[in-house]
Amino acid sequence: MKAPPFAYAKPKSLAEAFALLERPGAKVLAGGQSLIPSLNMRLSSPELLVDITGLQELKGISTKDGKLLIGALTTHAQLEKDSSVKKLVPLLAEAVPHIAHAAIRNRGTLGGSLALADPAAEYPACAVALDAVFVLKGKSGERRVKAAEFFKGLFETALKPGELLVAAEFPSGGKSAFLELTRRHGDYAIIGLAVHESRFVFFGAGATPVVVTGKSLAEAKAALARIKPPADLYHSSATKLHLAGVLLERAWNTLSKPH
Amino acid sequence: MEHAVETTLTVNGAKVTRRIEPRQHLVDFLREELGLTGSHIGCEHGVCGACTVRVNGEIVRGCLMLAVQADGCEVETIEGLSDSRELAKLQKSFHEKNALQCGFCTPGMLMAAQDLVRSKKKVSREEIRAHISGNYCRCTGYQAIVDAIDEVIQGK
Repeated sequence: MKAPPFAYAKPKSLAEAFALLERPGAKVLAGGQSLIPSLNMRLSSPELLVDITGLQELKGISTKDGKLLIGALTTHAQLEKDSSVKKLVPLLAEAVPHIAHAAIRNRGTLGGSLALADPAAEYPACAVALDAVFVLKGKSGERRVKAAEFFKGLFETALKPGELLVAAEFPSGGKSAFLELTRRHGDYAIIGLAVHESRFVFFGAGATPVVVTGKSLAEAKAALARIKPPADLYHSSATKLHLAGVLLERAWNTLSKPH
Repeated sequence: MEHAVETTLTVNGAKVTRRIEPRQHLVDFLREELGLTGSHIGCEHGVCGACTVRVNGEIVRGCLMLAVQADGCEVETIEGLSDSRELAKLQKSFHEKNALQCGFCTPGMLMAAQDLVRSKKKVSREEIRAHISGNYCRCTGYQAIVDAIDEVIQGK
C-alpha cells in the first residue's frame, strides 16, 4: 500500500525541530525503519513528518568518565562497527546483528528504537540491563531519565509531547550476555534475554522489558515463573515461558564460568 | 502536489532534480518518475528485500526511505551496477548455478550479495545466509543462491 499524504520538513537545528514539533499532527522521523512501514500500511497518518536526521547534535559516540554517550541518530550498523562500543559496552555490539537485516541496520537508529519502545526490540532490554540513562531534550530544557523508568507500557515512554531523545549514556565494564530466539535470522524475537551483571532482562516477554533477578539460578527461575509472556501467533505463553527459562539457564551458565 | 518538495539526487551517476510528494518512497520514485523498473516492489513494508538499492554506498530498503530523504544522496540501482559491470561476476554465477527462477527477487538479491562481495571478507556460507536473510526468494530454496554467491566470494 501507499502512505497517506503528509507534509515534510527537515530542520537544521534543535530549536527549529522543537518549533516544528508543536504543529498539530507532527511526528518525528529518524531512520524510518518502523515508521515508514506503518505509514505504508496506513497504520499511522501524521500531518507533518519532522525529519531529524540533519541534526548534528544527535550524532556521534563519545566517552566520558568511563561512560559511553551514544547520539540518538547512530545507526545500528555504525554501532556494530564502532570499536569503543565493542570494548566498553559489548552487550550492545552483541545485540546489533540480531536486529532485522543488513539493509535495515544501515538506516535504523538507536534513538528511534528506544523512543518507539517496541516490546520485542533488542535495545530497550539492553538499556534496562545496563542501567542506561537517556537524555531527553525539549523546548524548556534537558532532563535525564533512567532506562527502567523510561519504558512505561506498550509503545509508551516517558517522552513528553515535543520532546526528543537525543542520546543514551551507557556505563562500561561488567559481565554481560545476549541471547535471542527467532525462527529465522532477523525476525522479531520469540523471546530474548539481555544480561548485565545481576540484571536479567527479557524482551518479547511483556509490554516493556521484564527484569528478573536472583542470587542463585533457582531464585532467578522462581522469579521468572511469576511472569506471563503474551502469546503470539505461533507460541503460547507457556512455550515462551519455557524458552525464557532455557535462555536464563544458558546465560547463567555462561556468566558463571571462570574467565 | 501541494506539499511537493524540490529534491536533487544523483541516480547512477546522473544528477536529477524533481518536485516530489513526501509520501512517495524511493522505489516508487525510481520506477514511476525515472522509469528504472529494475528495483522491484514486493511487500512495501521492509520484509522482502526486492527493492534493495544503494544509497551513499550502503544498501537500504527502497520502500523504507522517502524519496525526499534522498536529497543530496548518491543512489545506485541494479541498472547502474549492471551497466558498470560491477555485478558481472555475480550475474554470471547466478546464471550458471541456476540461482533464479522467476527472477523477481534477483535484483534485490544481487544488490545484497554485492554488498558482501565488495566487503572482500572471505565469509562462510552461514554468513552469506545471514546477510541475505532479508531478501526473500520463493522459487529456489536459497541453496543455489548461496552456491552462486559463495563461488564469487571464494574467487573460484
